[in-house]
Amino acid sequence: MRYLPLSEDDRRHMLAAIGARDIDDLFSDVPAPARLADPVDLPGHQGEIAVEQAFRGFAGRNLSPAEAPCFLGAGLYRHHVPAAVDHLIQRGEFLTAYTPYQPEVAQGTLQYLFEFQTQVALLTGMEVANASMYDGATACAEAVLMAVRLGKTRRRAIVAGGVHPHYRDVAATYGRFADIDMIAAPPSWPGTDDPAALIDAKTACVVVQNPDVFGRIHDYSDLAEACHRAGALLIVNVCEPVSLGAITPPGEMGADIVVGEGQSFGNATGFGGPTVGFFATHTRFVRQMPGRLVGQTVDADGRRGFVLTLSTREQHIRREKATSNICTNSGLCALAFTIHLTLLGEAGLRRLAALNHANAVALADRLARIPGIEVPDGAFFNELTVRLPRPAAPVVEKLAADGILAGVPASRLFAGEPGMEALLILAASELTSESDLERLAAGLREALS
Amino acid sequence: MSEPERTFSGHRGLQLEEALIFEQGSPERTAVDLPQPANRVDRLGGLQRRSAIGLPGLSEPEVVRHYTRLSQKNYCIDSGLYPLGSCTMKHNPRLNEKVARLPGLGDLHPLQPVSTVQGALEVIHTCAHWLMTLTGMPAVAMSPAAGAHGELVGLMTIRAAIEDRGERRARVLVPESAHGTNPATAHACGYAVEAIPANARGRVDLEALRAKLDTDVAAIMVTNPNTCGLFESDVIEIAAAAHAVGAFFYCDGANFNAIVGRVRPADLGIDCMHINLHKTFSTPHGGGGPGSGPVVLTAELARYAPLPYVVCESGRYLLIEHGADDPDARPLGRIKGFHGQFGMFTRALAYMMAMGADGLRQASGDAVLNANYIMARLKDVLHPAFPGPCMHEVVFDDTTLKDTGVSTLDLAKALIDEGFHPMTMYFPLVVHGAMLIEPTETESLETLDLFIETMRALVLRAKAGEAAAFHQAPRLTPRRRLDETAAARRPVLRWQPAAIDKAAE
Repeated sequence: MRYLPLSEDDRRHMLAAIGARDIDDLFSDVPAPARLADPVDLPGHQGEIAVEQAFRGFAGRNLSPAEAPCFLGAGLYRHHVPAAVDHLIQRGEFLTAYTPYQPEVAQGTLQYLFEFQTQVALLTGMEVANASMYDGATACAEAVLMAVRLGKTRRRAIVAGGVHPHYRDVAATYGRFADIDMIAAPPSWPGTDDPAALIDAKTACVVVQNPDVFGRIHDYSDLAEACHRAGALLIVNVCEPVSLGAITPPGEMGADIVVGEGQSFGNATGFGGPTVGFFATHTRFVRQMPGRLVGQTVDADGRRGFVLTLSTREQHIRREKATSNICTNSGLCALAFTIHLTLLGEAGLRRLAALNHANAVALADRLARIPGIEVPDGAFFNELTVRLPRPAAPVVEKLAADGILAGVPASRLFAGEPGMEALLILAASELTSESDLERLAAGLREALS
Repeated sequence: MSEPERTFSGHRGLQLEEALIFEQGSPERTAVDLPQPANRVDRLGGLQRRSAIGLPGLSEPEVVRHYTRLSQKNYCIDSGLYPLGSCTMKHNPRLNEKVARLPGLGDLHPLQPVSTVQGALEVIHTCAHWLMTLTGMPAVAMSPAAGAHGELVGLMTIRAAIEDRGERRARVLVPESAHGTNPATAHACGYAVEAIPANARGRVDLEALRAKLDTDVAAIMVTNPNTCGLFESDVIEIAAAAHAVGAFFYCDGANFNAIVGRVRPADLGIDCMHINLHKTFSTPHGGGGPGSGPVVLTAELARYAPLPYVVCESGRYLLIEHGADDPDARPLGRIKGFHGQFGMFTRALAYMMAMGADGLRQASGDAVLNANYIMARLKDVLHPAFPGPCMHEVVFDDTTLKDTGVSTLDLAKALIDEGFHPMTMYFPLVVHGAMLIEPTETESLETLDLFIETMRALVLRAKAGEAAAFHQAPRLTPRRRLDETAAARRPVLRWQPAAIDKAAE
């Protein structure tokens, strides 16, 4: 067994030192009826070759987006990840370390998390960010819980119709068990709903998304003012952080909490996980934040160093009085995020965002030339929603059979909601080529003819 | 030993100082060459970002050097023993990393048509089958993102089941020795938390538990093996007592590595248990995540399992994302975006397939053997908090350090200078000055012996009156003890140009 160093001789020697006859002796506290005499009914051990072959088999029964023109987005985005990212995150010192509880031997993790916190604050236009969350959807739900804690007697959360339904649903699940009164507006397209009209004296927060789930971008400055006039907080969710290289950040629009999904930087779409959530807010709210925080300090010799801090918010100190039950964050995914963003830098991110937008404009132009497809004329970043002359799901299936991943039918996200059937959500990126657009257009023309 | 030499550069041999990225580079530099976008009219609707973001620009060699230098300031399981009790820091096989990155697995999009991801759904289904078989449970919710998230989902299913019976229950009972996540989770789920006292044997006091159990109790949350490294020998009676008043038995599966392949939690009467794939099933801890915390459930609780989940019908895999395929099901709804930590399922499944039923059984046996060996060889210099045998971890109290002026913390910091990561300190809370040591099964006898001899030498030095040297430890690390009080009193949570100017004054 290649992962187990002990030999039979070692085991005998150790059992003798302990004074036990055999390993089973050490399990004497287990009630006898619960002790299994034999291995469970599962296959026996296998060598590296056999396991790798099995996984190549699993992989072979999927269509890799690398092999197909891919226009999938709706919350996770396929971007080019520079080779250095994966090389660096696989260094054992990052990959196989634990939460930095011993700061003297974890300055590497602590410093990159401090840098991550700074990058997230800069991108979102907020004062302070934490060291990551599980994913965007749970970050959003935790933001609602935080807003309700800050709102004291206010227990209502309004979720706009443009919020990704996974985020809406996770917030609803969390909210149900925290006695939060959740009002979720239905999705609407091409028009939008007006969450400001729903704000009342019981409202703790309004949740919106930018770009929204249909890809549209909005100026939420007026909504922020409406929230603040009514004593509520504005939570802005960002699923595609590359957009922050091109559009006004939520902090400049007056957001109080900015959460989102950081996968676009450094992380593969990975069939949905693991990814990395981010969470940013005002400094005055920091003691109500969930999750780990890294802070700067000095060591015994007066040199700058970093530690986990404000842990009196956290479960391992405060137990049932903690701000959240979170223990793990998304350390390694946050590392991938921060390395990719460091590789890009200011100029690279601006260029990446411009390229994403330009390719999405090209996509919109191309779709607009296909008879029967309705392309709206509003603002977007790298994703847009169009209306097909028939239900979108079967069209997507047909194109998939031809090796084209044509986007996400809105009906997959919003099952049973009226008006979603014919909508198709498509994303472009720096990876979108002219020939991808060509194949998509040809496929759609054929499927719709 | 002499003081480390002062150097002109601040570097000391292989200990290389590294500034923050924000203190390096220049805004126009980049490590990514991207083409100039075609000149098109923009569709940003006047929402262009007008302010500078403030990100530094570095070239690729600078970036690679930055993160390589940072990595060299970390201790990790690849470099040495990491006996952090309750964290199961075992070897992370590199095959796991390789298969997780295969094209067609690592790069799939979660919203591809289901017809194009049959192999991925098969991975989830197969991983679920292994977890159900190893625990003996009939169902598993795969989507929780981490152990604490699994706890939350487990308690949500319990509350949903209780409400479905038309009952309201207000309390959850949690042992004093529990992980902090247990009471935090119960609270997040709307329950009042009440402590279950431990008996002198470090186990749940069964009589005290019975006295607290009534029809107002929704669940008991018990870690087994518990955080004292002991098997709850009354576990079957504990389960029966909870069930007798209609309460559920939530088992915290953080310590499943001690019993995997030897004991099925279903045979102990549990209703629900999360499994930390990053502990028992060798997925990397990654500096604090990502984790993955599938929750096994009884048939009764499985009705409330969250969406989505995978089912297999005549050889075809389906992903149930909305509503439910079964009219009896009352799913919780979503608890995370998309379908769970798929990349952790591939890694965990690769590990389980490599180990097999026989290897997993050997692994738990070796984990328990290693912990008992440490207990046996250190018990003459350190005081085990409870008599053996222990399970996969052993807890010592600080009795033998009394009056030496050396605390558990000091001993831990001295271990760092000796090249070992410290054990878990001051946890569980029920043991004074606790030192919780979990070696795992992936350590060799030679490594264990060196650790044991080192601990022995340190304790003897403490007893010999060398407290002052302990208070100085660690001295050989990239940084020495850090001022955590100052960090919390005046939090500096991000880099700011102004802060640097101030510091320079």
